[in-house]
Amino acid sequence: MKIRYQPIVPFDQEGFNRLKDEQHGLHPDDQYLKPGRIPHIWCPGCGLGVVLNTYINALKMTGIPIDRSVVVSGIGCTGRVAGYLNMDTYHTTHGRAIPFATGLSLTRPDLSVTVFSGDGDLFAIGGNHFIHAARRNVNLKVICVNNFNYGMTGGQVAPTTPVSARTTTTPYGNSEASFNLPYLAHASGAVYVARWTTFHARQLVNAIAETFSIDGFTFIEVIAPCPVGYGRPNKIGSGLDEMIYYKENSIVQNGADPRNVDIALKGKIVVGKFSEEKRPTFLGEYEEKILKKFRRTET
Amino acid sequence: MSDSGILTGEYFINGDEACAEGAIAAGCRFFAGYPITPATEIAERMARRLPQVQGICIQMEDEIASMAAILGASWGGTKSMTATSGPGFSLMMENIGLGMMTETPCVIVNIMRGGPSTGLPTLVGQADVMQARWGSHGDYEVIALSPSSPQEMFNLTIEAFNLSEIYRLPVLILGDELVGHMSEKVIIPPSDQIHQVSRVRPSQSPDGYLPFMAGDNLVPPMACAGEGYHVHVTGLTHDEQGYPQTTAQVHERLVRRLADKIRHNTSKIIQVEEFETANSEVMVVAYGCTSRTAREAVQILRSEGKKVGLLRLITLWPFPEERIRQVAQGIKAFIVPEINYGQIAYEVERCSQGRAETVLLPLMGGAIHTPENIMEAVKEYLP
Ligand SMILES: Cc1ncc(C[n+]2csc(CCOP(=O)(O)OP(=O)(O)O)c2C)c(N)n1
Ligand code: SF4
Repeated sequence: MKIRYQPIVPFDQEGFNRLKDEQHGLHPDDQYLKPGRIPHIWCPGCGLGVVLNTYINALKMTGIPIDRSVVVSGIGCTGRVAGYLNMDTYHTTHGRAIPFATGLSLTRPDLSVTVFSGDGDLFAIGGNHFIHAARRNVNLKVICVNNFNYGMTGGQVAPTTPVSARTTTTPYGNSEASFNLPYLAHASGAVYVARWTTFHARQLVNAIAETFSIDGFTFIEVIAPCPVGYGRPNKIGSGLDEMIYYKENSIVQNGADPRNVDIALKGKIVVGKFSEEKRPTFLGEYEEKILKKFRRTET
Repeated sequence: MSDSGILTGEYFINGDEACAEGAIAAGCRFFAGYPITPATEIAERMARRLPQVQGICIQMEDEIASMAAILGASWGGTKSMTATSGPGFSLMMENIGLGMMTETPCVIVNIMRGGPSTGLPTLVGQADVMQARWGSHGDYEVIALSPSSPQEMFNLTIEAFNLSEIYRLPVLILGDELVGHMSEKVIIPPSDQIHQVSRVRPSQSPDGYLPFMAGDNLVPPMACAGEGYHVHVTGLTHDEQGYPQTTAQVHERLVRRLADKIRHNTSKIIQVEEFETANSEVMVVAYGCTSRTAREAVQILRSEGKKVGLLRLITLWPFPEERIRQVAQGIKAFIVPEINYGQIAYEVERCSQGRAETVLLPLMGGAIHTPENIMEAVKEYLP
């Protein structure tokens, strides 16, 4: 067979340099963002910008250098977080951020590995990986942005969608029960479990910063507006209206029993740090019980 | 055991165990897997051996996770491997594609059993050859090696690691149950005689570094996690900077390079063993366990004066098109015994372009061909 290929258009280095030089470096946080990546793809009113911001602020607060931290994401609107951060970032496949991050964290225990992903990514297609990584206590900082739906694909039902909520695949209201994520995380073995909303930006920064110094599998659920996929179809309103809803309906209850923090449609949202405990990590035990046996003593 | 952890010496071990030893000799220090017959012995051997060389072996929750974990480990800068069989291989497909798109060196071993579905868990098959070639969605080139003895399980596992590091892609080993489970003498050479290749690292500073900009060899140097290069790695179509660019132009450029980095090097990658091929009028084309039977058939026929030879495919992908095309010019027929209903035979037929006839000897799995099966087919052309 003869093949006649299409011509290849080479990489536009100059165009890229222009984008990078003209639009990067003006904002004080630009050192945390990949040059030339802003504007982002998120909708107006989306909560993801807030979450990205709080992560950057947590890095600033703890002084962890960007060369020492990596972010792994799955697929979805939240999965796009990785691509904006000026560090080593990995945008993997749908649901598989945690096992990818497991391989990375086990081979580079010196790095702080954060997993950023959506509720669908982490708890539908990736649910099995979540519970097993929590059980093993792999040293991962998991931040789940819960917008109660599949944002990226246009607002379908998620395992977190409250009963009766409308999505494009539950046009008559959701008839399935939803996950209570902090309870699931706690029961699976996460050593730190918290929930905040994007309205609680300051608490969120503190929580993320706090998890950086914890050795083990930590879990933060961030309730975030998705006006397109959840707010409007459920008559909560715009991104701002969702923030007002969080303000008026959140109850701060540190130490709350994770069994009792379910979220109903337009219901109250219990937020706070629910649990923290110490448990040996996967790598700690592997070192102690297995690798040590074969380590040659220095002479 | 030498300093490198290589078990230099002569052993009587099975193909799966030899594969694990090959991995360790190649410098593999991370294994993630999920038990499945007939590949489990690889995981078991890795679980015992990796800690001895300060490596990590983890049994994941499934094969999807195993595949994801070895990609993560590879970006962590560690040579990594997983091993499975048909059902697990099916589950790995999406993340094999991620490895192709993100140019992640690693090795995937598939010890083939009879399929479809759960099929014949404990018995031999060779029916995943096309799945290995096309199993993940989209267009890409693969490298797949086919060992035919425990010794070759050892040697080709090292080769697979080296190829994966040179060309930056997941490399597949398509073993089969018979080769995985048969025990034979395996010679493990001293560590200084084992050729280990490692990925090329960027030589420039992070400033202005383009992580997916390749030179003439089309393989970009790889900056792993924590080295200060701030690489964005994505399965989305991406430009040389690693940034998502979902346009037809960038896609054409990226996917073309991914294919060309293999296509331009097929002569360096492909290995075919020629057995009694001189002046042959009929050529048997076989691989894996089937090539062992084929060799015996050819030996017997040669002793009877029949002009028949064997092309043993060590590399299944990229397919040795050139060699098949050349051979087709001067022979009457290709005889292709395979434990499937025709996978490599179609490639042979395609490349022979009607110059020689192609005869498929299919077997659905659970048994191997007898030398007589092959001899009878040859004798139709060389009575
Ligand atoms: C294997 C696979 N199935 C389906 C999809 C399509 N898909 C992309 S993102 C997504 C859901 C994302 O929802 P979520 O994780 O809640 O993230 P969000 O977009 O809401 O942030 C789906 C189903 C995919 N990319 N891969
Ligand atoms: S669809 Fe929802 S989650 Fe996605 S960017 Fe828009 S608002 Fe944000």
